[in-house]
Amino acid sequence: MSADTLRAGFIPLVDAAPLIVAREVGFAEEEGLALDLAKAPSWATLRDMLAYGQIEAAHMLSVVPVAMEMGLGGAPARIDVLQVMSVNGDAICVSRALADKMRAAGHGFDFADATDAGRALIAVAGDRPRIGVPFPFSMHAELLYHWLGALGLPVPQGLDVVTVPPPMMEQAMAAGEIDAFCVGAPWGSIAVETGVGELLLPGTAIRAFAPEKVLAVRHDWAKAEPDLTRRLMRAVWRAARWTAQRANHDTVSEILSRSDYLDIPAEMIERSLSGRLVISSRGEIRQVPRYIEFHEGAAAYPWRSQGALIGHALAARLGLDRAAAMAAGRRVFRTDLYRENLRDTGAELPGAAEKVEGGIDTPTPAASESGKLILLPDRFFDGYVFDPKHPN
Amino acid sequence: MPSRLSIVVVETDRDRALLIVDSLRGAGDFDISVIGEVTGLARHISRHNPDVVLVDITSPSRDMLEELALASGPLERPVAMFVDRSDDGLTKAAIEAGVSAYVVDGLRHDRIKPILDAAIARFHLFQRMRVELETTKRALEERKVIDRAKGLLMKARGIDEDAAYALLRKAAMDQGRKVSDVAEALVTAAGLLA
Repeated sequence: MSADTLRAGFIPLVDAAPLIVAREVGFAEEEGLALDLAKAPSWATLRDMLAYGQIEAAHMLSVVPVAMEMGLGGAPARIDVLQVMSVNGDAICVSRALADKMRAAGHGFDFADATDAGRALIAVAGDRPRIGVPFPFSMHAELLYHWLGALGLPVPQGLDVVTVPPPMMEQAMAAGEIDAFCVGAPWGSIAVETGVGELLLPGTAIRAFAPEKVLAVRHDWAKAEPDLTRRLMRAVWRAARWTAQRANHDTVSEILSRSDYLDIPAEMIERSLSGRLVISSRGEIRQVPRYIEFHEGAAAYPWRSQGALIGHALAARLGLDRAAAMAAGRRVFRTDLYRENLRDTGAELPGAAEKVEGGIDTPTPAASESGKLILLPDRFFDGYVFDPKHPN
Repeated sequence: MPSRLSIVVVETDRDRALLIVDSLRGAGDFDISVIGEVTGLARHISRHNPDVVLVDITSPSRDMLEELALASGPLERPVAMFVDRSDDGLTKAAIEAGVSAYVVDGLRHDRIKPILDAAIARFHLFQRMRVELETTKRALEERKVIDRAKGLLMKARGIDEDAAYALLRKAAMDQGRKVSDVAEALVTAAGLLA
């Protein structure tokens, strides 16, 4: 049987692992798929490649499909979220100058307490701190606005959030263009390695379970190709489960480090996978539980409430209609396809399509078809709770 | 007579930038500026306040322009990628050629088309040059490896250059591989055995 070729795009980041592993470890082949992977130079280009049909599937920022459905930015196609490809994985990095000021003011860089870290940052950063993010529509931007907004900065106007592609963050920081940035693995570790910055917080300290990247396809394609959609989802889901296993971390790091993919030392990638992060050029190490998660706690399940929350937050910030934005978010997160296509793979299928976001403090059993689903803590640092039925 | 359209070209390579500007000049009377510095790109662009921004699709700095589409302050004008969303053909052609265009929303199609046509043609040429350059480079590399392999064979078996090449070619044909692959394998093996 000859395999069906499927073109998929990715940005060279650790959280592209499920797509890359699906190809390299044979999960795609198992489904009779030949995955043809294309490395994209920017999120905008990846989005356009997907929207205009140069590729069938993409590793995508979780916020982008919702923003597109709201009519914000770029291409006109409807993009569906088949599954969440990774949860968490971001880190906040501050410039050496700012870190020194924060230390002098008594901040201990515990890499855990978002309230402390945020207050210390606001105290020394002056008016409108300039903070880099990889893309305007990203979990990075969402985390930043939520974090500093909850600590009293007026958002969005009290913050100068600038888009800087991760490979240029270091240069922008060295040139004094930005005081801090929020990026995904491995770019935080690279900035530490080259000495331009220090890590202040992992994204998990702000929100414990944030959908970071998703597996995205054109809505029309998923409709026209239900069988390919199903095989793609199964391959990527199995690859994500494999990627998440500790025993495979060395292999995953080696595969990702190749020049076709991330083209950086495997050791740097392994740090993110294991959550053992070096936070400063003095070699201080912090262990972060669930720094990046591919599988546990039904990580791949695209809760409609996650889409609704993204829509709600975007609308609140940009002054748009919140109900319409939440509806857009719900529409593109396809719990229905997940349920339909992953039923006999061993994937946990939650009984509900929505949940309260931010309501879980300790691992909690939840209704699912197998009865074995444990949801993991998903709290926000400030106790914010998003109830999709009564949003605030 | 509508006012002249202003175009900003984002391009760090000076020669390429000049070629793009030439092509655009040939397409009409425009007010063209080039930005060659990607630090603070969005800020520079809003200072120019252009009608159209052209940028290489392979440049990571493209993402910096996305926030322009978000800027909706009274002085900043909304920017959208491609004026006419119904014209997918033009958009696709541009993406395939490797150019992306950001256009102020509401600009008329007939005013924007000549600009994009000129840019697309120019970028096609760039792409062809890029492929040619890569092919040449690869050929040069392969040639070097083959020369080294020939040298090894000449020394080990006491034969002349033509005989050495014939031997490589025969091995390649027998195994259904490229001469350069066989040569590379030989050079690697010799390195290990040395």
